[in-house]
Amino acid sequence: MDLSTTYLGLKLRTPIVPSASPLSETLDGAKRLEDAGASAIVLSSVFEEQLAHEQLEMEHHLTHGTESYAEATSYFPDTQLGDLGPETCLDHIRKVKSAVDVPVIASLNGTTPGGWTSFATWMEQAGADAVELNLYNIPTDPDQPAEEIEKGYEEILCAVKGAVNIPVALKLGPFFTNMGHVAKRFDKAGADGLVLFNRFYQPDIDLEELEVVSNVLLSTPQAMRLPLRWIAILSGRVEADLAATSGIGHSCDVIKMLLAGAKVTQVCSVLLKAGIDHLRQLELGLVEWLEENEYESVEQMRGSMSQRNVADPAAFERAQYMKALRTFSVMV
Amino acid sequence: MTTIDANEAVGDVAYRINEVISIYPITPASPMGEWSDAWMAMDKPNIWNTVPDVVEMQSEAGAAGAVHGALQTGSLTTTFTASQGLLLMIPNLFKIAGELTPTVIHVAARTVATHALSIFGDHSDVMAARTTGFGMLASSSVQEAHDFTLISHAASLESSIPFIHFFDGFRTSHEIQKIERLDDDVLHAMITDDLVRRHRHRALSPDRPVIRGTAQNPDVFFQARETVNPYYDACADKTEAAMDRFAELTGRRYHPFDYHGAPDADRVIVLMGSGADATHETVDYMNGHGEKVGVIKVRLYRPFDVKRFIDSIPPSVKSIAVLDRTKEPGSAGEPLYVDCVTALHETGKQLRTVGGRYGLSSKEFTPAMVKGIFDNLALESPKNHFTVGIHDDVTHTSIDYDPSFSTEPDTVIRALFYGLGSDGTVGANKNTIKIIGGETENNAQGYFVYDSKKAGAVTVSHLRFGPDPIRSSYLVNRASFVACHQQVFLETYDMLANLDDGGTFLLNTSWSAEEVWNHLPGRVQRALIEKKAKFYIIDGYKVAHESGMGRRINTVMQVCFFAISGVLPRDEAIEKIKGAIQKTYGAKGDEIVKMNFRAVDNTLAHLHEVEIPAEATGNGNLLGVLPDSAPEFVKNVTAPIIAGKGDDLPVSAMPCDGTFPSGTTKWEKRNIALEIPVWDPEVCIQCAKCAIVCPHGVIRIKSCDPSFLEGAPATFKSIDIKDKGFAGQKYLLQVAPEDCTGCGVCVDICPAKNKKETRLKAINMAPQPPIREAEKENWEFFLTLPEVDRLALKSNTIRQQQMQQPLFEFSGACAGCGETPYLKLMSQLFGDRALIANATGCSSIYGGNLPTTPWTVNHEGRGPAWSNSLFEDNAEFGLGFRLSVDKQTEMARELVAEMAVRIGENLAKEILEAEQKDEADIHEQRQRVAALKEKLKEIDSPDAARLLDLADMLCRKSVWIVGGDGWAYDIGFGGLDHVLASGRNVNILVLDTEVYSNTGGQTSKSTPLAAVAKFSAGGKRTAKKDLGAIAMTYGNVYVASVAMGARDEHTLKAFIEAERYDGPSIIIAYSQCIAHGIDMARGMQNQKAAVQSGQWLLYRYNPERAAAGENPLQLDSRAPKLPLSEYLRMENRFKMLQKSRPADAERLWKEIQAGVNERWKKYEYLSRKEG
Repeated sequence: MDLSTTYLGLKLRTPIVPSASPLSETLDGAKRLEDAGASAIVLSSVFEEQLAHEQLEMEHHLTHGTESYAEATSYFPDTQLGDLGPETCLDHIRKVKSAVDVPVIASLNGTTPGGWTSFATWMEQAGADAVELNLYNIPTDPDQPAEEIEKGYEEILCAVKGAVNIPVALKLGPFFTNMGHVAKRFDKAGADGLVLFNRFYQPDIDLEELEVVSNVLLSTPQAMRLPLRWIAILSGRVEADLAATSGIGHSCDVIKMLLAGAKVTQVCSVLLKAGIDHLRQLELGLVEWLEENEYESVEQMRGSMSQRNVADPAAFERAQYMKALRTFSVMV
Repeated sequence: MTTIDANEAVGDVAYRINEVISIYPITPASPMGEWSDAWMAMDKPNIWNTVPDVVEMQSEAGAAGAVHGALQTGSLTTTFTASQGLLLMIPNLFKIAGELTPTVIHVAARTVATHALSIFGDHSDVMAARTTGFGMLASSSVQEAHDFTLISHAASLESSIPFIHFFDGFRTSHEIQKIERLDDDVLHAMITDDLVRRHRHRALSPDRPVIRGTAQNPDVFFQARETVNPYYDACADKTEAAMDRFAELTGRRYHPFDYHGAPDADRVIVLMGSGADATHETVDYMNGHGEKVGVIKVRLYRPFDVKRFIDSIPPSVKSIAVLDRTKEPGSAGEPLYVDCVTALHETGKQLRTVGGRYGLSSKEFTPAMVKGIFDNLALESPKNHFTVGIHDDVTHTSIDYDPSFSTEPDTVIRALFYGLGSDGTVGANKNTIKIIGGETENNAQGYFVYDSKKAGAVTVSHLRFGPDPIRSSYLVNRASFVACHQQVFLETYDMLANLDDGGTFLLNTSWSAEEVWNHLPGRVQRALIEKKAKFYIIDGYKVAHESGMGRRINTVMQVCFFAISGVLPRDEAIEKIKGAIQKTYGAKGDEIVKMNFRAVDNTLAHLHEVEIPAEATGNGNLLGVLPDSAPEFVKNVTAPIIAGKGDDLPVSAMPCDGTFPSGTTKWEKRNIALEIPVWDPEVCIQCAKCAIVCPHGVIRIKSCDPSFLEGAPATFKSIDIKDKGFAGQKYLLQVAPEDCTGCGVCVDICPAKNKKETRLKAINMAPQPPIREAEKENWEFFLTLPEVDRLALKSNTIRQQQMQQPLFEFSGACAGCGETPYLKLMSQLFGDRALIANATGCSSIYGGNLPTTPWTVNHEGRGPAWSNSLFEDNAEFGLGFRLSVDKQTEMARELVAEMAVRIGENLAKEILEAEQKDEADIHEQRQRVAALKEKLKEIDSPDAARLLDLADMLCRKSVWIVGGDGWAYDIGFGGLDHVLASGRNVNILVLDTEVYSNTGGQTSKSTPLAAVAKFSAGGKRTAKKDLGAIAMTYGNVYVASVAMGARDEHTLKAFIEAERYDGPSIIIAYSQCIAHGIDMARGMQNQKAAVQSGQWLLYRYNPERAAAGENPLQLDSRAPKLPLSEYLRMENRFKMLQKSRPADAERLWKEIQAGVNERWKKYEYLSRKEG
């Protein structure tokens, strides 16, 4: 069975790709992902803000209380600290790249215009086959219009595209007034891929301590409905490759996303829960389904149920809305 | 050329020419060991391309022992020390010298503790070692210290005589100077392979066995002792030969005695150390003004070469003054003086010779004093055995001098910077010196003065730059540039007194150029006008904040200095600052560099010159420091010290035996907190956690009848008390606004949340200035309210126990200190009958460093009696308290029994049978003793008089032995072990910060595995010693391991049980520390995480339970539920290793987790066993 697909111009053996997660934080983890069948590896995200914060924190602790008292003008040894910048992450890219045969996609969350471009360039130089821009932030300023936010994202994309020669994917959250519009906008601006959707850690309230907590919740199967819809809607309408992520835990989910038009499906939560070897189950399930349904290849089925290609395109739009509305009316 | 301090300069050479370095921390020598350890961690090789083995020992005695052993087995070995540390080495020094073993001990000479400890510099330590047989070489500047390190090692190897190479603590050890660094070729040329080979061949080896270190008898010991004479006779020649060889290699020439001055001088001063440079400078000045004077700098003090000394004196000299930086009470004269007099006498040279003392404990030694000494020498009958630099109005030893005399040349730019420790002023100035020293032809000098507090410390930086060598080994007292980095200093320091006419004054202020003048005190305005000063201002905090630097204004103020001082052209200076930033911070990350660059770029736009009006309009003089209600001693002695005028106090003002009154911190209103806690009674659940954790004793709780609150200030807060035992009373919680450090620990621990706004708790931080006056009034009112009756309080519940008055308050400890809450708790529970033996360390500094002490008294005048003996002997010192108290109690009881009839048999019986097991019992006993004393006054007999003297001993005393882990785990462990084994009723409190906190965070045996600390720059490779487990092996020792932040009730219980236990008890108390690299406001959370992860166990081992057939060990913490890595990530000491040695960190983090699991299992097993 031909499971191959192309994503960001990269020829992949299968459409199943582990998304950015702690699983690829170590070289061993990356190798195990490849061994389990990953067709590419998206490395864990490099957060520019976190690196900056770590530097500031280290500097604070190394200087706090110093030069205040004659007996203790400092409190830590004058030792050579290794890398406090991106070098550790870049070195990881180099090591993973040389240890695995599948394409390596670096993931980046920047905070400054210069940060986005310089980090992306360093990632390219470190050997990344593509870079995924992880637009992981929650606009909370009520005075900031949507246009400004979208424009900002576009500028980041253009700056990075101008700085590197490798493909660039954008990992987006779903919270745009018109997802289709922004997708087209980024597509036009040169995005090689759109990864739908980024899932943000959501805050919770600890009733015991009356504090806001931010613990990680792994995605649930229901989460896949949102990217499924938008991949179906966008498939064929944008040139950028579409990658599906969120809630993909079973081979059925992979198949649905491919039918909707995804070039690849990115998986994370299920691997954290069931282990890396679950990748094999996903692939096996995909093959079984394709064989059972007499498909020749992934490519053959890909997008066959996109909005353009289904009998009832409205099913991806208003039909469900109306149903919900009806339910709501009844309740009222 | 390089710009460094002497500790680094010495360490740099010593490290490169030794193979084994055994170290132990002691101020001011610690940095030499720290550098060595850091270089070893970086795998930096010595000149033979091997990395020296740098090993920390448990004490200086241990370090000396290891040195001795390493030398005996043929390694080139050295160590570094000072003061008490050198004294601890003395037994080994005799051995090393007696065996003619070449080595050098580098000493940052420091005062030996007598009536008081002092960390500062003089020669009392090296002089105490002068009989050991070690050669002694004195250097007087940073360059000389660097050079003499090499010369002393070479001379030692050549002569077989071991050397002490010393230089003045702080004045030289911490002074930054531009020096010429010796390269490896010079080191090789001086420490030749032949010399090394000879050392190796003397080594003990089973391949050519000998024995060394025999015991000898009266028949031969004496003769054998005289065999070394030829070596000592040849030592000066060999040292001079080494100096000559050094001169050929470097061009810098030294002699055992260096004369400098007029060839036909009539008066000469003889001295050694940094004072020689100030004298050199004065000699040049005086000779330039028509006088004929000179100075003999003693380099080689031991062996004292009589001929060379005599030869160094110009024939024209008529009188000499020999100066000693030490005091030898009861002697015929101080040591150098006696040596010189002997030399003159033996050679028949007739010179008028006087001796004098100067500079004890880093007392300033200035050209004015030097001039005073020369003037004394010019008298017909010069004063002998004089002192200079103080006013001795008791025995009138001091000579007069004109303080205004100055030799400072105009070619030198001199600058003074007043800052706070926390604002980065000193760091910025160190950077400035390095820029000027490294990037220009100028010579540069920096010296830094700190006050005695750890929180809110004031720093004064003294900088000099100039084309010629700088020999001014004294503080800057005439500056062309004065910077005030803290606006509040305008009210408290007379900074402009030192500004030259036409000089520049820079003020960091929030006032604008237009408004600043009207805010200046009249005193400052007048000085600016009279001195025709240039006046600049900057809002440094605003620029720093906007640049992302928080409250560190270092870079901002550094840019200002360069911009307006004219030391360098402005653009060039900016470029060099940026270069220095890149160099300094490059390795710390781009973000730090960018942040500092932003500060540089933002500064100039905010720097403004202020035009000085013709007339002063302001009022006000320096703020008075103390209120009139203060005691006389406090007003007359303490107040001047607080005001920085301690140098002006005469001898008569000082207690002659080191005894000072308690309870003086309350007079020193420091107002260092930007924010202070404010109580919200409506939200408060009255748990008192804020009070128990307050490190500074500023949160107080009382209850009282509502009637007491009539006349309370308008903003005074109270609420109905929740505790049913006090029904009808009001609950009061008051903050001491001017004593708070603003650490925020109270807010962090508060469990109560405001129901309307959960961000608010029952206690919240608010800016201090707007509420200072009101809260001050509230505090004063609060103090007038009666203390809660101790007998009415259940001391085993925190909410009531915290109403006990703390007898430890407002210490100068770091904001958020983890140690002080335990001391305060102890003072509340037992302070009115406590005797405290305090090991040297943080607790002895914030507990007993002048000007004030936090140990205080209650309304009856009772309180802790406190003393510090040494670092190493504290357990024994405290046991001495116990032995003494017990003996006197026994004698008193014997007398009571003997005098029962006359006293009254009932009273005698009650006194003798009182158990005194709790507060009520002790209270009753005090009443009985009071009655006894009244009776005794009426009895006229020797026994009655004796009993009257001893009667107070009939009330139970609580002996506390307090110290840190450096003492308990390392240097004092032998004594501590012995005291535990003694079975006597002492209470040992180990304030366990897991490092030597007071000296800057060096490793102790308490330091956990994987932690980065000084002396473990590569991460500690061994596990923390389990002191509690060791103590438990005795079986009759009460042992508790506590962490207040994890379970405060447990801590309280342990303190009560330990004190009640009639035998030795030890409490090991987790104490967070600034050296952990944590957010100190959240230190109690770190304690909690340490316990939740199993890194720190809570337990109590009570021998009384064993006696009752129960398991004595109660494990009071639950099974670890937090992954240890989460705790480790909370602390920079652990995280650092991930950055410096990631692979090691990964391995050690696994190892430490395994160790935690194993230890938990062991303790759980032991605690489950049947009793």
